[in-house]
Amino acid sequence: MNIKLTGIFLASFILLFNALYAQNNKQPIRQTTTGTSIARGKVVYTNVCLPCHMADAGGVQNMNPPLIKTTYVLGNKTTLIKIVLRGFNEDVEINGQTYSNTMGAHDDLTDRQIADVLTYVRHSFGNKASTIKATEVAKVRAIYKK
Amino acid sequence: MINKKLFFAFCLSMIMAMGLLSFKLIKNDNSVKSHETVSAGLTLPEGFQAAIIADDLGSARHLVATPQGDIYIHLARAKNGKGILVFHVDGDKATLKSSFADFGGTGIAIKNGYLYASNSREVYRYKLDDKNEVINPDKPERIVKGLIDRRTHAPKAITLDNDGNLYVNIGAYTNICSEYDPNKTGCPILDSAGGIWQFKADKPDQTYKDGIRYAAGLRNVVGLAWNQQDNQLFVMQHGRDQLHNLFPNLYTVHQSTELPAECMFALKEGDNAGYPYVYYDWIQHKNMLGPEYGGDGKKLADPKYINPVAAYPGHYAPDGLLFYTGNQFPQKYKNGAFIAFHGSWNRAPEPQAGYCVVFQPFKDGKPDGNWEVFADGFAGTEEQKASGHAVHRPCGLAQGPDGSLYVTDDNKGTIYKITYKKQ
Ligand code: HEC
Repeated sequence: MNIKLTGIFLASFILLFNALYAQNNKQPIRQTTTGTSIARGKVVYTNVCLPCHMADAGGVQNMNPPLIKTTYVLGNKTTLIKIVLRGFNEDVEINGQTYSNTMGAHDDLTDRQIADVLTYVRHSFGNKASTIKATEVAKVRAIYKK
Repeated sequence: MINKKLFFAFCLSMIMAMGLLSFKLIKNDNSVKSHETVSAGLTLPEGFQAAIIADDLGSARHLVATPQGDIYIHLARAKNGKGILVFHVDGDKATLKSSFADFGGTGIAIKNGYLYASNSREVYRYKLDDKNEVINPDKPERIVKGLIDRRTHAPKAITLDNDGNLYVNIGAYTNICSEYDPNKTGCPILDSAGGIWQFKADKPDQTYKDGIRYAAGLRNVVGLAWNQQDNQLFVMQHGRDQLHNLFPNLYTVHQSTELPAECMFALKEGDNAGYPYVYYDWIQHKNMLGPEYGGDGKKLADPKYINPVAAYPGHYAPDGLLFYTGNQFPQKYKNGAFIAFHGSWNRAPEPQAGYCVVFQPFKDGKPDGNWEVFADGFAGTEEQKASGHAVHRPCGLAQGPDGSLYVTDDNKGTIYKITYKKQ
C-alpha cells in the first residue's frame, strides 16, 4: 500500500482546501445567499454525512438510506431538522426500503451548519426543495432542548 | 484573478494525483497473476471453477448443505411468505424442491437430525428424516425466544457444538455504545447484547435467563463456526465504524479506512473481547484502548481482554465462516477457514473494499500463515466496487458432500458453487 504517497496527496489536498478556505473567508460572512449556504453545506456534508450517506447520496443498501428525493429530504422542514439534531433510529420504510443502521444525533453542529447542510442536500442529488435558514434550526432546537 | 497560493496548491495536488494514478496502474498490472482463472464472473486460484447454480433468490444469507445433495438457504426477508428455500444440487444445476418458514433471517444450521434457523428474536428447529428432509415444515419447535432486536446488528447467526449446545450471536445495537454510555461508566447494554449466548439445543422456549453469556464484548458477529479439530468456537467480529468522524484529531481519514481490524476470535467460556472499550490495530498488531474510553491511537488495551487469533483489514464485514474438511480441494485447504467478506461501506471517501472470499490457512486448529483472497470479483467492475454499489455481496458459506464450496450473495440472491479439478 502506498501510505506515504497517499499522505503527500492528502497533505497537498489539505493545502488546497486551506487556500480555498482562506479565499472563502475574505467574503463578508453575513451575506448568506442560497449559493453560499450550499457551498458551506457541501463541506459539512463531506465531513459529517458522507461516510454514511455516500458521496452521491445513494446510501448503502440495507444500512443507510439515500438522500435522493426521499419524503424526508423533500418534506416537512421541522421533521428534517429534527432528524439531524436528534438522530434517527426508527423502524420505518424510506421510499419502500428499510435500513438497519442507526443515525446518531448531530446537535454538536451549529444552527448555521445544519441549515447549510440541509440546504445543500435539498439543492443537490436531483433534489429540489426550499432553503433552510439558521433561525429555523434554532426554533426546532429550542423545542427539543432537554 | 487566481490567488497564487491556491494555484500552487492546486498544481501540487494535481501532480500528486497523477503520480498516484500511474502507480495504481502499475500496481494493477502487477497484480494480474498468471495462474488465476476467471469463472462465473469470479477470479479463483488455478484449477478452481465456479458455477452459478441459482440466481435472483432475494437476500440469500446463510445456507447449509446435506449429505444427500440438498441445500437449505435462509433469506433475510421471507419471499411470498417463505423464508427458507430448499434446492437439490446435481452438478452445476440446482432445482427448487420446496420452500417453507414464515420468517426471514440469517442463521441456519443442521445438527443431530434437526435443522435450526433463526430470525432477529428467536431460534426454531425442524426435525429431519433420514434423508435430511424437514418432516413438518409448518410446525417448528421454538428453542429460543425474546432476544433483543433493535434493528442495528439484529441478525442472530447461530452454530452448534458436539455437546448439545446452541450458540447465538446477539449483536450490539449501536456502533460504539456512545449513546448508551454518555458518562463512560461502562456500556450498559452488554448484559443482553454484544456477545455470544449459549443455549441448550433441545430445550423449548428458552429466554435470556435460561442461557448463559458465553463470551462478552463482541460488537457484532455474523460469521461463526465450531472448529471440530480443537473443539472450539470461532467467530468473526465486525469492527467499529467512524474513528475519523468521531475523533478527527486522533485518526486520519486513511487510518479510519483501514482501522480497526475485522477480527477472528477463538472463544472459551467467559472470554471478553473488549467491545466497546478496545479495538484491534492490524497494522501495529496491537489491541488498543478505544478513543471513547481515553485511547489516543497509541495507548494499549487492558490485557484482560482477549486478542484475536487473526485480523483483517477494516470494514471488510465478515459474514460467513467455514472450516473446510472436504477432500476435493488441494491439501493446503484442509481444516483451514474460508471467510466470506460482505464488503465495506465505511471506507468512504476512500474506495470501498472487501466483497471477496478469503482463505485463512490453519494448523492444529489455529490460524497459521497469511490469509489470501480465494474468490474475488463479486462486486463487478472496479468502479462498482469502489463506489460500494457492488453487484454481488458474499455472505454465507457451506461445504457440499463432495467437498465443493457454496457461496451465497445476499444482494442479487446468486448462489455460487466452487469446485476444483485436478490438473
Ligand atoms: C452513522 C451514519 C449516519 C450519519 C453520519 C448520518 N446519517 Fe442520516 N441516516 C442514517 C441512517 C441509518 C438513517 C435511517 C435510520 C432509520 O431508518 O431509522 C438516516 C436517515 C436520514 C434521513 C431521513 C431518511 C432519508 O433518507 O431521507 C435524513 C434526511 C438524513 N439521514 C440526513 C443526514 C444528514 C444531513 C447527515 C449529516 C449531517 C446525516 N444524515 C448523517 C445514517 C447516518
